[in-house]
Amino acid sequence: MNVNKFKERSIEWIFAVVAFASLVFLVGIVIVLFKEGLPILTKIRLFDFIFGEFWYPTYDPAEFGIFPLILGSFIVSVGAMFICVPLGIGSALYLNEIASQQQKAILKPLVEILASVPSIVYGFFAMAVLSPFVQNLLHLPIGLCAFTASLILGIMATPTVCSIAEDALSYVPRSFREASFAVGATRWQTLIKVVIPAAGSGISTAIILGMSRAIGETMTVLMAAGGAAMIPRSFFEPVRPMTAAIAAEMGEAPVGSDHYSALFAIALILFFITFIFNIIAEIISRRFRIKLGLAG
Amino acid sequence: MKKITKILFGSIAALSLAVPAFAEKIVMEGSTTVLPIAQTAAEVYMQKNPSADISVRGGGSGVGIASIIDGNCDIANSSRPIKESELDKAVTNGKDIKAHVVAMDGIAVIVNSGNPVNALTKAQVKDIYTGKISNWNQLGGNNEKVVVISRDTSSGTFEAFGELALNKEKVRPDAIMQASNQAIATTVVRTPGAIGYVGLGFLSADIKAVSVDGIAPSRETVLSGKFPYSRPLFMYTNGEPKGLAKEVIDFIKSPEGQRLVEKDGFVGLK
Repeated sequence: MNVNKFKERSIEWIFAVVAFASLVFLVGIVIVLFKEGLPILTKIRLFDFIFGEFWYPTYDPAEFGIFPLILGSFIVSVGAMFICVPLGIGSALYLNEIASQQQKAILKPLVEILASVPSIVYGFFAMAVLSPFVQNLLHLPIGLCAFTASLILGIMATPTVCSIAEDALSYVPRSFREASFAVGATRWQTLIKVVIPAAGSGISTAIILGMSRAIGETMTVLMAAGGAAMIPRSFFEPVRPMTAAIAAEMGEAPVGSDHYSALFAIALILFFITFIFNIIAEIISRRFRIKLGLAG
Repeated sequence: MKKITKILFGSIAALSLAVPAFAEKIVMEGSTTVLPIAQTAAEVYMQKNPSADISVRGGGSGVGIASIIDGNCDIANSSRPIKESELDKAVTNGKDIKAHVVAMDGIAVIVNSGNPVNALTKAQVKDIYTGKISNWNQLGGNNEKVVVISRDTSSGTFEAFGELALNKEKVRPDAIMQASNQAIATTVVRTPGAIGYVGLGFLSADIKAVSVDGIAPSRETVLSGKFPYSRPLFMYTNGEPKGLAKEVIDFIKSPEGQRLVEKDGFVGLK
């Protein structure tokens, strides 16, 4: 065997190792989450953990009900959807269909820049500027609430939704549009009845990934959502999403204690939620590729 | 020429690794209440001794104590005494935690400066924080919702307040959590109906400290013990402090250090 062949094989091996590394990290994370998170379920039933109403982990006796935290995550994410879906898909449609080359050259990078702003900057902006503004505008007792958090999360998730939706729209073959114009449809009719349905799966993927991003966001909600671990009665009350709870309390939970284990269990549940979202997005996007004849 | 360049770079690299070893470095971590004291002391000390390197971080008393137990810091700042469970953990980790009281502090209950309420009783403070009172008109103020602001669980101020003011009862679930003394102060300034609690060192002209049971929080009332929410501030070390850690703690306890403590708004040890 000569040196060249050996070099080739070893380079292949290195690339293989690097590629599998991400699988190893993922499996490693899941194992640690299970290992550290399961002990709390020996102290409390899964049903009581997930649906318990009060989160008082440091008191004696401690209460580990995470329902307010789950609801908090859920409410800010759904609220964020109301903003990032219209903004994201609207921008994608504009960029793909209507913008001229010049406009596109400016707008597309701008949207990408929005995506690269660090989340702590968003959180700081929300806390220092947006929250007092909302407080004064809507005469709320305090501006740090689910509404403010949703607003800023929606803005953060918009670039994600926009990029993916724009890609989905650009995958729709020109022949579809041309065929539609050939039978006399207007641009608007073509857009609504041909292009969007054809890109439908891709757009759904964009929405789901945007929601996934919103649920996993930590720093922003830690600073803007208020931190009240209570089942909110209105959209304008402070909430504590799961991510904020973990971030705020992990620093001092003694390693191996019930509190520590409970925080890992929350992380496990969060992981499952985003995992399921990503799987759904993958399934939908696969169907989308087959439908357009781009092969699976 | 190439070989000489390599040797040159190599020796520069080696030297740069050696230089940090000459300066002694310590890390102080923990309470955001003790933070101003630690920061001022570190700055003044480093000005006098340029070779010293003192790094000060916040995070809350709980974080600081967890850190020293794990061996990740040299001095843990804490605004509450160390707990039994933490002492046990320290013993398991082979750490012998020693306490040093560096100052006295009062936890002032603050409200927005536009709030007409100036005085509260201990019972009222407890009822507000445990959820029994929700509107300022029950306290002689305006018809406005009480926006209760508290700290998160890693805070020593939170634990001390829980013990001194609430008799360890649970804080109401709809209390807004802030991450530091300064964050509470800022939120109270911005929110008309807010009530919060901060260390004495964080009082300023923009916020109003209410009197509790008729006693206003001040240096004198904390020293004399009359103010009900008084507490000592600690710095914890692993074993008796040595080297730079010892010098810093001795500095804070010295007359000059205590003057800095008082300048920061806290109460010196007498």
